[in-house]
Amino acid sequence: MADTLHIRTSEDIVQVRTAVRKAAIAAKLGLVDQTKLVTAASELARNTLDYGKGGSVLIERVDAAKTGIRLTFEDRGPGIANIELAMTDGWTSGSGMGLGLSGTRRLMDEFQLASKPGEGTTVIITKWSR
Amino acid sequence: MDRIPILRMGDFLLITVQVDMHDRLAISLQDDLTEQIVRYNARGVLIDISSLDVVDSFIGRMLGNIAAMSRVLDAQTVVVGMQPAVAITLVELGLSLPGIRTALNVERGMQILRAETARNNPELLEEEPVAGPDGMV
Repeated sequence: MADTLHIRTSEDIVQVRTAVRKAAIAAKLGLVDQTKLVTAASELARNTLDYGKGGSVLIERVDAAKTGIRLTFEDRGPGIANIELAMTDGWTSGSGMGLGLSGTRRLMDEFQLASKPGEGTTVIITKWSR
Repeated sequence: MDRIPILRMGDFLLITVQVDMHDRLAISLQDDLTEQIVRYNARGVLIDISSLDVVDSFIGRMLGNIAAMSRVLDAQTVVVGMQPAVAITLVELGLSLPGIRTALNVERGMQILRAETARNNPELLEEEPVAGPDGMV
C-alpha cells in the first residue's frame, strides 16, 4: 500500500493527518504510536509547506520483521544549510517554536534527513508496530 | 467558511473544538473569541479539546496565543479534556504548553475558573456569596 499526497495549503496538512491515521490503524499501531506518528506527520507537513514552499508525502506500509508505516516528505525548497543546527531543540528559522525536527525525531523509531541548499529537503520517518 | 462555535455561560465562554484545526479556522477562532470576551465582559474561557486526537505544535501555539490574548483582556483560560495519548506525544515532542492552565475535565475546569474569578474580584463574591455564574451552588 502506498499513497502520495500533495502538500500545498494548510488544508492539505489536515488531509495528511487523516490519511496517516488511516494507514496507522490499518498497520495495527497502538493508539499512542498512532498519535505520535500523526503528530510527527503534521509537524513535517507544516515544515514542507512553510519552509519547503510545498511538496508531497509518500505514505507506505512496510512489512519487514514487524509491520510499520514509513512516510517520505519531499520538497524542492531552499533546503537546509546546516542540518546539525536545524536538528537542535529550540532552533527555528521561522515563526515556529523550533521543535519540528528534533521533536519529531523523538516521536519516531527511525528518522532520516537529507537536504541540499538550493535543491530541497527529504525527510523519511518510520514507526513500527510493537 | 466553517467556524468553531463559542457558547456563553454567565461570565464564561465555552469552546468545544470538535474538528481538525486548519490555519484559517484557528485564526477565525482567535478573532471571534477576543471579540466575544470584550462584548460579554467574559472573565473566563474554557476550551474543551477532548475530541482532538492530535495536538501538534501549531495547535499548541494557537492555544497559547488564545490564553495570552485572553489574559491581556483580563480573562482566564483553562484547557480541558486532553486525551492521554495526546499528553504523552506533546511532552515527547517537547511541548508542555507553557502558560496554559489545564484541567482533566470540564467540571474541574469550571471550578478553576470560578475560583480564579472570585480571587481576582472579591467584590463579586460579596454580592453573590454562593451562586456561581451559571446559577449553580
